[in-house]
Amino acid sequence: MAELATTLHLYRVLAVAKVRADWQYRSQFLLYMTTQFFITFLDFLQIAVIFGAVDSLAGWSLLEVVFLYATSGMAFYLGDAFISQVERVGGYIKAGTFDALLIRPAGTLVQICANDFAFRRLGKLLQASIVMVIVLARLDVEWTPGRLVVFALMIPSGTVIFSSIWVIGASITFWTVDSGELANTFTYGGNFATQYPLDILGTWLRRFLTLVVPTAFVNYFPALYVLGKPDPFGAPGWVRFISPLVALTMAVAARAAWTGAVRHYRSTGS
Amino acid sequence: MTAVIELDRVSKDFVVMRKKGRLRRERMTVAAVDDISLRIDTGELVGYIGPNGAGKSTTIKMLTGILVPSSGTVRVVGLDPQRRRVELASRIGVVFGQRTQLWWDLPLIDSFDLLRHVYRVPADRHRANLRRFVDLLELEPFLHSPVRQLSLGQRMRGDLCAALLHDPAILYLDEPTIGLDVVSKARVREFLAQVNRDEGVTILLTTHDLSDVERLCSRLVVIDHGHVIHDGTVAEIKTMFGDTRTVVVDLEEAGPSLVVPGAEVVEVDGPRQWLRFRRSEVTAAEVIAAVVGQARVRDLSIEEPDIEDVVTRIYTSG
Repeated sequence: MAELATTLHLYRVLAVAKVRADWQYRSQFLLYMTTQFFITFLDFLQIAVIFGAVDSLAGWSLLEVVFLYATSGMAFYLGDAFISQVERVGGYIKAGTFDALLIRPAGTLVQICANDFAFRRLGKLLQASIVMVIVLARLDVEWTPGRLVVFALMIPSGTVIFSSIWVIGASITFWTVDSGELANTFTYGGNFATQYPLDILGTWLRRFLTLVVPTAFVNYFPALYVLGKPDPFGAPGWVRFISPLVALTMAVAARAAWTGAVRHYRSTGS
Repeated sequence: MTAVIELDRVSKDFVVMRKKGRLRRERMTVAAVDDISLRIDTGELVGYIGPNGAGKSTTIKMLTGILVPSSGTVRVVGLDPQRRRVELASRIGVVFGQRTQLWWDLPLIDSFDLLRHVYRVPADRHRANLRRFVDLLELEPFLHSPVRQLSLGQRMRGDLCAALLHDPAILYLDEPTIGLDVVSKARVREFLAQVNRDEGVTILLTTHDLSDVERLCSRLVVIDHGHVIHDGTVAEIKTMFGDTRTVVVDLEEAGPSLVVPGAEVVEVDGPRQWLRFRRSEVTAAEVIAAVVGQARVRDLSIEEPDIEDVVTRIYTSG
């Protein structure tokens, strides 16, 4: 626990320094914030447009789909804001600056994520949070204690799942510099896929998102429980509750991948 | 004396892929550092030199815990850098001459404050150290300027301060005077000598500048092709290998090689000729007098051997 507190403290100190450095270029900073906000809003508009043409999507109403969008969005953009910077590690390796991280008495992951922290990314998070507040106010759900707990765990679990994918993708970069795009396929692709009910996707893609890159656990399965919907594919009932476990497993895998990647770097120097 | 750095039969191999034919590639193992043993005691100021690709950086990287040796054991302040990188990091300071560790867009003072958090230095100790180094390095005038606006010399002084704020036992310097003007160089050297003498910091520096080594180091370790080929005092190496001088003359017109007793013409380029001699055999005045007696000289200069020359000579003679 003490170690975690130190790490979080270091993250905060380094991230604040980065924000202050970015603030040296104010107009650029503000412009980025505004555009990011609107770009994300366009995403949302896309969903509204689809529902302008159809009443429901595979048995999901507009509000329910927006609920999926908001949970996935919050989880994704939390990871995007605090962890996704790790995908830049390839640049560190190429420029030789990864060495500078290793001569400091701190973990390499926290240093990269904090050094490249970008305040502007919080714009998208804010946008997803606003959508979440609106949808919660209007969604007709009977909030049992069980549903509240499952809902409360959705976003932290989802954040950990997305973040782990970023870290694992970045770890692969140590062997194949320039494979950052591969990780993006899973993270940005995963986020895109989880904005819609899994029902509309083909069987193979559905299985892939459940078993291989488990983004279906970010929102789809827990949402079935929170919204009281039947699972059209008859997955066992407990699947709806295991998102935190999936997140934990992913985190353990990500930690192992990163440790292995740094060990590889320290033995080959590249 | 207690050893702060110990290398015992350390090697580091890299696997490189070499093209062979159109598609086939061959795995090749290259030893960047080959069976080096070295011991550096507390308070020493050691110059670690060698031509590019000799294995200097690889050694420093193993000593800082960046790289893990392929074989042999490394101990730095009693720690195994491989297993205890983080612990070791707070006991050493590192300065890369060509790359700053400071926060580019922030005032210099902010970098120092950030490093206090990174190295978890108690506030009062940080304050005392900062005051001392700011005085010694005369950082006050630009302490509140963004690092990107500093001159190279100012930035190097800032980097030196940054590397020492956490009271490291060892300071590694990689080309600390590269690109600096004469005044800044002298200042950096003076500071390093002072830190070594007064604070007892052990210093290991790599450089291409022989004058760095001459002014600073009590001991010189020369490495080439991954081997230590000389380990001794600077005086020793100078009498053994640094004895030659080269007179460069620009003649009025191109002609045959000059014939000067005690010197040999090593290169001719049109009207310009290079004559190498040993100071222990003839004096520069004698060589110049002989040249002037044979041809009309428009200009001349005397060159000292640079570190590359010395290293090459040591290597070829060893």
